[in-house]
Amino acid sequence: MATTVVMEALSPTMEEGRLVKWSKAVGDAVKTGETLAEVETDKAVMELVARADGQLLKQVVAEGATVPVGATVAIVGAAGEKVDSAPAAAAPAKSAQLSAVGSQPSARPAAAPATVPTPVAPADATRVVRASPLARRLAKERGVDLKLVQGSGPGGRVVMRDLESAGAVAVAVPRVAVAQPVGGAAYRDVPLTQIRKTIAKRLAASLGPVPHFFLTTEVDMERAADARAALNQQLGDQGKISVNDILLKATALALVKHGACNAWWQDDHIRYWNEVHLGVAVAIEDGLITPVIRNTDRKSLLEISAEARELAGRARERRLKPEEYTGSTFSVSNLGMFEIDQFTGVINPPEAGILAVGTMAAKPVAVDGQIVVRRRLRMTMSCDHRVIDGATGAAFLKTLKQMLENPLAMLL
Amino acid sequence: MPTITYRDALNQALREEMQRDPNVFLMGEEVGLYQGAYKVSRGLLEEFGAKRIVDTPIAELGFAGIGVGAAMGGLRPVVEFMTWNFAVLALDQIVNSAAKMLYMSGGQIPMPIVFRGPNGAALQLSSQHSQAWESWLSHIPGLKVVAPATPYDAKGLLKSAIRDNNPVIVLEGEMLYNNKGEVPEGEILIPIGQAEVKREGTHVTIICHSKTVSIALKAAEQLASQDISADVIDLRTLRPLDDATILGSVAKTNRVVVVEEGWPQCGVGAQVVDLIQREAFDQLDAPVLRVTQADVPMPYNKQLERLAKPSPEKVVAAARRVLYLD
Repeated sequence: MATTVVMEALSPTMEEGRLVKWSKAVGDAVKTGETLAEVETDKAVMELVARADGQLLKQVVAEGATVPVGATVAIVGAAGEKVDSAPAAAAPAKSAQLSAVGSQPSARPAAAPATVPTPVAPADATRVVRASPLARRLAKERGVDLKLVQGSGPGGRVVMRDLESAGAVAVAVPRVAVAQPVGGAAYRDVPLTQIRKTIAKRLAASLGPVPHFFLTTEVDMERAADARAALNQQLGDQGKISVNDILLKATALALVKHGACNAWWQDDHIRYWNEVHLGVAVAIEDGLITPVIRNTDRKSLLEISAEARELAGRARERRLKPEEYTGSTFSVSNLGMFEIDQFTGVINPPEAGILAVGTMAAKPVAVDGQIVVRRRLRMTMSCDHRVIDGATGAAFLKTLKQMLENPLAMLL
Repeated sequence: MPTITYRDALNQALREEMQRDPNVFLMGEEVGLYQGAYKVSRGLLEEFGAKRIVDTPIAELGFAGIGVGAAMGGLRPVVEFMTWNFAVLALDQIVNSAAKMLYMSGGQIPMPIVFRGPNGAALQLSSQHSQAWESWLSHIPGLKVVAPATPYDAKGLLKSAIRDNNPVIVLEGEMLYNNKGEVPEGEILIPIGQAEVKREGTHVTIICHSKTVSIALKAAEQLASQDISADVIDLRTLRPLDDATILGSVAKTNRVVVVEEGWPQCGVGAQVVDLIQREAFDQLDAPVLRVTQADVPMPYNKQLERLAKPSPEKVVAAARRVLYLD
């Protein structure tokens, strides 16, 4: 009985494969384990390996052709066996007849194929999580991954009590042992907290698939810094404006003028926001979080200042509600207080950009042919190239720079 | 505060309202000379005379219709049914006339009428006389439905029902008439639409009304001995439901058992569950469970009847299940 050979999913993400080269000609004897063909997947060139003995009766796919996973590639059967001219696509179950061996672009000797199981997604990714609505809500609020929680309810349903025990582990800030000064361990292992896992997952999901590019500009902050000092003097004990507050306000106003940078990548579409909600990265113990200042463009400096301070305070206490750290349309990260000159921020998807702000420092610069000392600040915008192109981002940065160098420009 | 029976609390409410308002009158089978099948109208004929305490023939549809007409003419009738099982005969007047009159007259004809009587099972009255009608009645827009569990609530709710300008159904209980409780003399008015928290707890909410309140309280007592604290809510009014009290308790306990005397299908509990899943979905840690009468006509056999009815044990079992203890 003839066996259908199908294009296998040789990588977890493979949807189609290109048949690079046939290793067997029609009529050749085929033994289980022998390479039938080389196939290029989305990741590498792999070998299609036969697991049934017989003769290669038919090559259905020509060299160089690309076919979807599951499509018939070849027929293997007894010598002289008749085959239909147009065999039906095999059901995925038949693919058990075939295995694959990963290889470097130059194929390994076909004589020593190693059989590996068909790659499957990790169990975690496919497991249906059963959880009570309350458990789901609490898990979301606490940043607990329900897949990692053992459910004690019927059918493994995660209920509140499971979260209470799991949550303690997942949410609590680990108590780090004081380092041994001498003769201690060369390293210390700290278990991953949930928030650390989430950061890892989110940021890997960013720098991986998000095509970043970076634009850096240096801004003369003399006028902004003077304006700030004057404002604070005028405000007295009514409040205090920070350089960052001015940056947030200017960024929001610049985004209003450059809506193309105030957008979300939505896989099959781009959402351009008419409202500006700035995410402000806040370092907290064991991680970071970006509380959101809603409608930043419409708020006064004093309001921005008060809100940023209040949100940051509660962020450090881990008391933010989910709606307070989600929904931002653009983010700002400022490491100026750590005297970082400049850095690049990692985009927080689905946002299309983040502004990384360095420290404001006095430095000698040439102004009108004279070397003078000015307070300068460098900022770098990371852009998702799927949404923002170089010139688009540069135009936004230019507006922002103008607003900071001449704060009255914010009123334009 | 005086301790009196549920029947005497109703009697006080009727007497006080008839003294206060000459338009209030009572009619029904045996309410006059016999002083009521359950003696709710004791002494009223003597005090108010035959014009205001009206004995009727055994013709529920007829005297319910007379009540509706009297209300249209400006009186405030209280129509007593010997039991709500018999009131089924009068449903056309209740549902088609009383409930719809204000609406169909474009707001011109108010319908200040009370239909009252015992509801639900007593003991061994068999299938035809052991029915709980609250889901039928609270289904109807235009009707308000109250189901007092205690003498205090019986007085306070009947007085509010008589003063209401809409038709109000008052569901009493044959097994409740002899229950005693503290009832102040004189004016008490319990607003229609207000549930009462009978017992505070944090682990599970038990929602009940009428006779099932005592079942729920006994269950809460048993649960307390297992270190489970139950919030017990007496709905008191079935239409309109007190959404806020129900949802407030769900937010506190995250787990709910609803108890009622009626059958499961389309029951009052089903309506409560609808509210909870709709408005408090994210608060729920377990599906809401219901304890109802078994889905069969009430058996006459004493043991079968006992098994068919809600009981504290059934409520305890349901509470433990929503707590994932069993």
